[in-house]
Amino acid sequence: MNIEELEQIAEGVRQENAQYDYEVNVCMDLACASQGADKLREALVQAAEASGKKVLIRRTGCMGPCSHGPLIRVDHADTLYRKVNAGHAESIVNSLGGEPVPELQCDLNEHFGSQVRVVLENAGYIDPEKIEDYIARDGYKALLTVLTEMTPAGVVHRITESKLRGRGGAGYPTGLKWGTVAKASGDMKYVVCNGDEGDPGAFMDRSVMEGDPHRVIEGMAIAGYAVGAKKGFIYVRAEYPVAVSRLTTALREARRRGLLGNDICGTPFSFDIEIRLGAGAFVCGEETALIASIEGKRGTPKPRPPYPAVSGLWSKPTLINNVETFANIAPIIRNGGKWFANMGSERSKGTKVFALTGRISNTGLIEVPLGIKLRKIIEVIGGGVPGGHTFKAVQTGGPSGGCIPAEMLDIGVSYDALMAAGSIMGSGGMIVMDDTSCMVNVARFFIEFCMTESCGKCIPCRAGTAQMYTLLTRICNGTATMDDLELLENLCSTVKEASLCGLGQTAPNPVLSTLKYFRNEYIEHIVNKRCPAGVCSMETPVEVLA
Amino acid sequence: MSNGDDVKTLIIDDQEVSARRGQTILEVARENGINIPTLCHLEGLSSVGACRLCLVEIKGSNKLLPACIATVFESMEVSTDTERLRKHRRTILELLFAERNHICSVCVSNGHCELQTLAQEQGLTHIRLPYRNPNLPVDASHERFTVDHNRCILCTRCVRVCAEIEGAHVWDVMGRGINCMVITDLHEEWGSSTCTRCGKCVQVCPTGALFDKGKIGSEHPKYPDFLPYLNLMREAR
Repeated sequence: MNIEELEQIAEGVRQENAQYDYEVNVCMDLACASQGADKLREALVQAAEASGKKVLIRRTGCMGPCSHGPLIRVDHADTLYRKVNAGHAESIVNSLGGEPVPELQCDLNEHFGSQVRVVLENAGYIDPEKIEDYIARDGYKALLTVLTEMTPAGVVHRITESKLRGRGGAGYPTGLKWGTVAKASGDMKYVVCNGDEGDPGAFMDRSVMEGDPHRVIEGMAIAGYAVGAKKGFIYVRAEYPVAVSRLTTALREARRRGLLGNDICGTPFSFDIEIRLGAGAFVCGEETALIASIEGKRGTPKPRPPYPAVSGLWSKPTLINNVETFANIAPIIRNGGKWFANMGSERSKGTKVFALTGRISNTGLIEVPLGIKLRKIIEVIGGGVPGGHTFKAVQTGGPSGGCIPAEMLDIGVSYDALMAAGSIMGSGGMIVMDDTSCMVNVARFFIEFCMTESCGKCIPCRAGTAQMYTLLTRICNGTATMDDLELLENLCSTVKEASLCGLGQTAPNPVLSTLKYFRNEYIEHIVNKRCPAGVCSMETPVEVLA
Repeated sequence: MSNGDDVKTLIIDDQEVSARRGQTILEVARENGINIPTLCHLEGLSSVGACRLCLVEIKGSNKLLPACIATVFESMEVSTDTERLRKHRRTILELLFAERNHICSVCVSNGHCELQTLAQEQGLTHIRLPYRNPNLPVDASHERFTVDHNRCILCTRCVRVCAEIEGAHVWDVMGRGINCMVITDLHEEWGSSTCTRCGKCVQVCPTGALFDKGKIGSEHPKYPDFLPYLNLMREAR
């Protein structure tokens, strides 16, 4: 395989597509599929056959605004149809070549207008199970360029130049991490892709793995070349069976085309990837626990240092990046580091995919340049809070993050600004809450999550989160005293500072941030035995132990 | 040590000390008579950094590091006994006492218990947290030993000594978070497990969770000091 052959494959796809007069892309992602996208697709195929029109009906990954699904895009008019069902198939096919179907059109210009798509550039345009579709959209060009025109150090330099920061949550500079692994000594090194997305309400990585799996594979292969690794692992949670099957297909296709395996594209570089399934533990998203899990051990974290970049998988230097980080690599190589660094804010470059969920009109996946105002995400892209309710807070970063209140909506979304607000960027979940949410109850929900997902290795996290849960339950059912609140705050500080890994160190964030911005709600529960949002029932003053 | 780089000098609690490269802060502190509290650490076993009692402050870093794992570097300044650390240590000990049923007066290890001793050292006079009072089993199926899960603090010394020193790996940890428990084999009774009856786990257990049968209250001192010597002798062979 060389650049010319890639170009031939792309040309082949274009010629094949040119046989059709129209293109209809049907979103087959989980949200749309669960609302009947499969039946819709069959109906479209039948309707197209019956009408005699030459229509290419393609299944694609997530198009974004899941709350409007099932979605289809009719490409000749570049029209997005929302809430489509099998009954609409005939009128859609009949409208091809003419005016769009008015009742299905969705007005999401504002929703899409503020977005910039880098990671999701192919989402909704390619069939994830066809490597040719990916190649036709410049796929694997970056890998070939790297292998034939760049030195490993040059690749690391370009990634450093892009100022890309890890998209898994902590925001460690990716170029620096690659450089460290590249410099580490040892003949055996590993590249690991962290696809153990576990935050409640977050599904960015799933969509990328399901909708554009080759992008992750290409990013990993480039990383392997840059750091000198021959072997990669994709660690996917077993709760994502579609992602696993798409990745398996993609790996097979890539091997068949000589884009993975020995002597890739005739160069001396060899790289292959294996899939490892997570067994349902949130903590295995923490890199040292993930390594233990891949090694076949109990998934518990280890103190760092030593960092995986020096001693990781089987004590070899290991590069671990998140799915979205790897998904950014190919565009950076293709367009240059400076192109990427031109997007975003001062210290947070590029774009970030967020999963918007909760009390908001347009739930689903969005990709925005970093530095964008939180208000714009909520009010313009998200379409605001529905049902006449008022916005109360947005939780970013899942159980490790915090709640950001309405008065802080004008901060720009960047690693540093979110940290300063008491939350974190996290992997990109955004849960919007309105006036029907009780913030104490929200904090209790997240602490319960951390308590049940704690691995139990270190005492502050194991026993501390359980005690925090007990105290929060007391507050929620009206049996707490002000002493309990003081105890809770004391526990937050110990769990945060003394826990072994990131899970424990960030577990108090939901409590700390709600205490900071919604302290009056806590006081109201404790002193007046009243839940301002009317969520907590104060009638059962029973001591609850976790 | 042939190379000058292999010797480091550092400051622990305003005391200038020297160390070999690769030594942990804990080793160096103890060599110099500086006490850092530990619970999961035991000389002769691998360190896991789980109990978080040996956390120390390093000048120039806001992060607390476990002294049993963190290695020394040239000119580092370590504080082992600040108000911040004392507060966390007391909270961690409180968490342990409230987690399971530690009733010293009826415990075989009363007076010989590392948890009890640490609580006295750290000036713990009472527990502010709600006691969880879990309902946990006692396994007395073994002919020589008993495990009382009510007194277990999950330090995993038994797991490590069984796997690393005895080589049997009978003990392991089951479950997640607050529901973790040490188990023998795949959660079988200790008496019908593959236990080799060596008794090392009983000797390294810091509390009265693992004990010899036939001992009554306050009668059970433990002798984990055999470990470093055993390791030395094995290395010499």
